[in-house]
Amino acid sequence: MLLNREEVRKVALLARLELTDDEIDQQAVNLNGLLDKFEALQEIDVSDVEPTSHSIPMVNILRDDLLVQSLSRESTLANAPESRDGCFIVPRIVGDV
Amino acid sequence: MPEYEPVVGMECHAELLTNSKMFCGCKNEFGGEPNTRCCPICLGMPGALPVMNREAVNHVIRTALALNCEITRDAKFDRKNYFYPDLPKGYQISEYDKPIGVKGWLDIEVDGQVKRIHIRRVHLEEDTGKLFHVAGDESFVDLNRSGVPLMEIVTEFPPDIHSADEARAYLMKLRTILTFIGVCDGKMEEGSLRCEPNVSIREIGTHILGTKTEIKNLNSFRAVQKGIEFEVERQAELTEAGEKIVQETRGWNDAKQITFSQRSKEGEQEYRYFPEPDLLPLEISDDWIEQIRLNMPELPDSRKARIISEYGLSAYDAAYLIEEKELVDFFEETAKLSGDAKLSANWIMSDLARLLNTDNTPIQNSPISPAHLAEMVKLINDGTISGKIAKTLIEEMFTTSIAPGLIVEDKGWKTIKDTGAIEALVEKVMADNPAIISDIKEKGLMQKKGFLVGQVMKASQGKADPQDVNRIIDEKLIG
Repeated sequence: MLLNREEVRKVALLARLELTDDEIDQQAVNLNGLLDKFEALQEIDVSDVEPTSHSIPMVNILRDDLLVQSLSRESTLANAPESRDGCFIVPRIVGDV
Repeated sequence: MPEYEPVVGMECHAELLTNSKMFCGCKNEFGGEPNTRCCPICLGMPGALPVMNREAVNHVIRTALALNCEITRDAKFDRKNYFYPDLPKGYQISEYDKPIGVKGWLDIEVDGQVKRIHIRRVHLEEDTGKLFHVAGDESFVDLNRSGVPLMEIVTEFPPDIHSADEARAYLMKLRTILTFIGVCDGKMEEGSLRCEPNVSIREIGTHILGTKTEIKNLNSFRAVQKGIEFEVERQAELTEAGEKIVQETRGWNDAKQITFSQRSKEGEQEYRYFPEPDLLPLEISDDWIEQIRLNMPELPDSRKARIISEYGLSAYDAAYLIEEKELVDFFEETAKLSGDAKLSANWIMSDLARLLNTDNTPIQNSPISPAHLAEMVKLINDGTISGKIAKTLIEEMFTTSIAPGLIVEDKGWKTIKDTGAIEALVEKVMADNPAIISDIKEKGLMQKKGFLVGQVMKASQGKADPQDVNRIIDEKLIG
């Protein structure tokens, strides 16, 4: 299975990556190389292996419902490119009602 | 014009009542100063690791059992990937193919008909932050809500719900169940219970499903009903005009009572779900489930049946009282203390409900306690006060929170037991109204007697027993 340039462009969009045409070509080579390796994995016979979502033999790792001190607001907002009135500021993303 | 019927799927989100958030120890609470309940985990800082809140998992198992679901023993979490400013990690931790509860149902009642609404799944995820849009080209983000445990409940497909009334009844029933079992406070106005119906229409008699739209921003039961009604009407008009319905998300504008296009959904969003590598799977054992089942509070349906049989209430009264857990708790306590369930229910549903309504006081904060209301019911039943006086008394109790016995004593509101005193009042009223007397005696207009009773009651300031007054007037009319 090979990804064409359009599919690579779509994957980049989903990841919010802005790629030049050259980078698209380069990523197509990289991604297709990866997919080849998965193709190789597909050839292994796993018909007698139970499907699993995790490889660590542990379950039910839970914590009690207890409070832990939160960060100060100053720390929370410290890395924000822009903040005001205690909030993160982002470009408006919903059109007018 | 052909008849259309709505086809409604319900997707509801309930914020769970826990102390802390889903995957970290930040406080789970509504409101507060923005961005004061955040930590590296709920802010999505690189390297921060989530750990599941046991109580949140318990709440979802509890809900799944209350909704008659099968429990997925090997439930697990997945990442749902998308970009939005209220989602700091760039993915939401959710459950995709192994939701905790599947294949459940609840029963609703509309126009006296019971209908079973099937539930497809109940799963656990985390809430997003909040976005505020102000004038200008920027939005404000508050991440206090980010990571709050959120439960999603989705009805079965194809949907059982075929009217706005049924959708509303479903949501009300769901809310009652969630609040009875204590997993959610059910406050739609605060967004702790949210509902996004998806609506399509089809010609009655056909089975082909039309293009659906999803409605958002429905903050009350009324909005859910009105929103669906509007959407059904809009879709029917478009269809009649030969136009296409666009699959999209539509917002509800409560002021204008209309839905408006928010964003079109071009096919299924690509969420690229995959198992959450930071969390290990659950293994829900029989013991775990039994433990929760054993501690399950009485559910609304069985409690309703019980208060009907135990207290002899009408189905209507029982349905009214069962809507809020605190209300039915208040009723049962009053009924037990007063020994007269029917009269207790009447006062709770009429005068007390009206008084609470005037200043939006929830029943759990009622200035009149069940003990005081029960005492008042006893005062009526043993003839100490009249029902008319009780109407004034309950107002006084509501304002002062003083025990009714003390108020009655203080104000001198006891019923006049002295027959002589009532006779004197009757004689005076009869003497003052000779025309009425002759109408009754000579023309046989017995219906005019009520006027005399009313006058005597008025003269006694409501303290005479109307039965005594009636009897004495009859005696005097004959005599």
